[in-house]
Amino acid sequence: MIHRFLPLLVTSAVLVVGFLLCAAQFPNFASLRVVGNLLTDNAFLGITAVGMTFVILSGGIDLSVGAVIGFTTVLLAVLIEQGGWHPFSAFAVALAVAGGFGAAMGAVIHVFQMPPFIVTLAGMFVARGLGFVLSTDSIPINHPLYAELGDLALRFDGGGKLTLPALLMLGVVAAAVVCAHWTRFGANLYALGGNRQSAELMGVPVGRTTVAVYALSGLLAGLAGIVFSLYTGAGYSLAATGVELDTITAVVIGGTQLTGGYGYVIGTFIGVLIQGLIQTYITFDGSLSSWWTKIAIGVLLFVFILLQKGLLAVWTGRGGAPAEA
Amino acid sequence: MTDPTPTASPPLLAIRGLSKAFLGVQALDGVDFTVRHGEIHALLGENGAGKSTLIKTLTGVYQRDAGTVTLEGRAIAPRGVEEAQRLHIGTVYQEVNLLPNLSVAENLFLGRQPMRFGLVDRGAMRRRARAVLMPYGLSLDVTAPLGRFSVATQQIVAIARAVDMSAKVLILDEPTASLDTQEVAVLFKVMRTLRSRGIGIVFVTHFLDQVYALCDRITVLRNGRLVGERRTAELPRLDLVAMMLGRELEAAAHRIALPADDAEEDARPPLVRFRGYGKARSVEPFDLDIRPGEVVGLAGLLGSGRTETARLVFGMDRADRGEAAVDGRAVRLRGPRDAIQLGFGFCPEDRKKEGIVGALSVRENIILALQARQGWLRPLPRRRQEEIADRFIRLLDIRTPHAEQPIQFLSGGNQQKALLARWLATEPRLLILDEPTRGIDVGAHAEIIRLIERLCADGMALLVVSSELEEIVAYSRRVVVLRDRRHVAELRGGEVAVDRIVAAIASEPAVAGEPRP
Ligand SMILES: Nc1ncnc2c1ncn2[C@@H]1O[C@H](COP(=O)(O)OP(=O)(O)O)[C@@H](O)[C@H]1O
Ligand SMILES: [Mg+2]
Repeated sequence: MIHRFLPLLVTSAVLVVGFLLCAAQFPNFASLRVVGNLLTDNAFLGITAVGMTFVILSGGIDLSVGAVIGFTTVLLAVLIEQGGWHPFSAFAVALAVAGGFGAAMGAVIHVFQMPPFIVTLAGMFVARGLGFVLSTDSIPINHPLYAELGDLALRFDGGGKLTLPALLMLGVVAAAVVCAHWTRFGANLYALGGNRQSAELMGVPVGRTTVAVYALSGLLAGLAGIVFSLYTGAGYSLAATGVELDTITAVVIGGTQLTGGYGYVIGTFIGVLIQGLIQTYITFDGSLSSWWTKIAIGVLLFVFILLQKGLLAVWTGRGGAPAEA
Repeated sequence: MTDPTPTASPPLLAIRGLSKAFLGVQALDGVDFTVRHGEIHALLGENGAGKSTLIKTLTGVYQRDAGTVTLEGRAIAPRGVEEAQRLHIGTVYQEVNLLPNLSVAENLFLGRQPMRFGLVDRGAMRRRARAVLMPYGLSLDVTAPLGRFSVATQQIVAIARAVDMSAKVLILDEPTASLDTQEVAVLFKVMRTLRSRGIGIVFVTHFLDQVYALCDRITVLRNGRLVGERRTAELPRLDLVAMMLGRELEAAAHRIALPADDAEEDARPPLVRFRGYGKARSVEPFDLDIRPGEVVGLAGLLGSGRTETARLVFGMDRADRGEAAVDGRAVRLRGPRDAIQLGFGFCPEDRKKEGIVGALSVRENIILALQARQGWLRPLPRRRQEEIADRFIRLLDIRTPHAEQPIQFLSGGNQQKALLARWLATEPRLLILDEPTRGIDVGAHAEIIRLIERLCADGMALLVVSSELEEIVAYSRRVVVLRDRRHVAELRGGEVAVDRIVAAIASEPAVAGEPRP
């Protein structure tokens, strides 16, 4: 019972210990302001990573998310600045396009039985390319609503605040937890990741679930794109390069098996926070190159994968007596 | 058992003229099959006869090429398992092992979870899961991942799931393969209860005893065609076997001739000798000698340590005490590689997980062990590989269009034969077989036994694990009986008999704390 949550516990422990170490070194680290910023700065990453968690749980992968974020920011900038659209209409269109794009990839994966890695890699190039077709330059978004949305926040004493992006991320994470464990769709995802053939023979609608999970990942990447454009106030086709790898990293650090079937959304959220924490530490330190973030995350990732392999061996009960009543 | 339905009302399930072809293989050719209310109907046939294909075509896993299916008079054509389930047809497929990563409860209720306020009611799911498992005497932690339980438990969960969903028709494709006698008895009780409620049950098995103990009617398929439907009471066994094989089976009561004098035999030096060999939490230390040309059987209930003994002998598990010697020289078995170098071979029980490599061709699967022994740097010439593969395909009558067919497309029994061929190709000095006839039909069975006999005459030693006591008695010179992970008796010569084995298994009351009634 306990060890089913062990990867999650380890990840949480790393976060807590890391936070305490930072707080010990920098006196004003442990403040609501720092925590609020951590959430805001990593909101788009967190939202994308939730979609990635679902895809990976189902036994797939989605390499297109970074490109979809970039494309979405350009699409928003073009619609709002050059097309004169109201931001809310632009948001709706962007979400529909991103979700539809994901659904199309899911359909290709299912109908032609193609490896998700290849299909979403192609999707990545297509989305980046479409972004460039719309505009190669960074387009600032000056709509007044953007400033208003940027100011929107739940404020606390001591300068801490939960901005709209942070709130969106928390909402997405909460909804995703419910979706994963209290809906049939969630159960079907785990089933698909466990064994596709068995899932099919148990009546799981494999095609529908596959299309839905990539649509959801696309939709959340679109939402992340909106958040990213709010955060940067611009649209740029090269935005969020490599974010697909950051999200996969967060998912793995969060204890989800890359081969599918095992893992938790909340772990991914913690994985995102750990990455954010390392980044914040380096900002606070000031003297370290930001590339140390990448190195630290790389080492962490490696350690976590080793840890998981060990845990899974214990988990599946290799060598032990059968665990029957 | 009499037919409870009046002739006027339509049968529960009527299949007419069902056909299904896979690239080049006509798996089903105009098959009729009828299931009535409240009957258990055995669907029989050799490996590759088309039983599993019939079931999958019926339940929408495959789409049929031709034919009609009616359920209580209404034409149905499910496009997927989900739709078949909604029509109250519950199925345990031959290869399904459910999902090891989901909990027992989630496996039982996947796709039909109890809902409350639009969300899955996990508490209700747990409670209902416990209730569903109750009739099987299985009380386990339903929140634990299914993969943590034994194959037998997983199989029972799969059956319980199908039974719970089959308000009208229950289909079981070789469900008893990994169950022990007691578990089979429980399953049969459940099946009889369902029958008395008017449910129609389709039962695929290779155990003829089970057919005669349980089934009201028998339908036999051969090579994708219907051979006939009979009432069990009106079909003597020999006729049934003849229907299945399309010929008289001369080897039905085959028995390997025993060397005349036991005492003289025992004087010969053993090929392998184990003394005080064992592993904590696996098998208690045991002594075991196996001589060239000898068949030693390992008998006992499921979980008694049979498979564990076999794994120790082959080095798959490492012993933590005792000594092993081959040809009188001490050896250490640190892994299967050591064992293979010494000329051992091992056909595992769970061929899906440990045996066949699904995507490789039949030829590649057959030469795998031979190639491994001679080292991957010295590949066997292609011509020689083909010779070996073709020889064993002929020898064991492996049903495959050609040697290059990916082995995953073969039926279960044929995969098992290919696996046996893999080890026979290495001409092992000691071959360990774990449940060699599981999922193998009568015809192949006799062939395999004949082959074993020939190899033994050439000096190969055999260690065989089997749940089929009659089978063990038929070919073993000596039988080691296990109980509760301990070797409790060794029967030899005239002592080798079913009742003696049963007596040895039952000779002591089992320790307290037995979970099942
Ligand atoms: N998915 C498949 N692709 C190609 N051939 C298949 C497939 N499934 C079954 N077959 C072939 O159809 C025939 C019937 O197989 P099957 O229904 O599994 O037999 P049974 O269950 O009676 O042992 C066999 O010759 C088998 O090789
Ligand atoms: Mg079959």
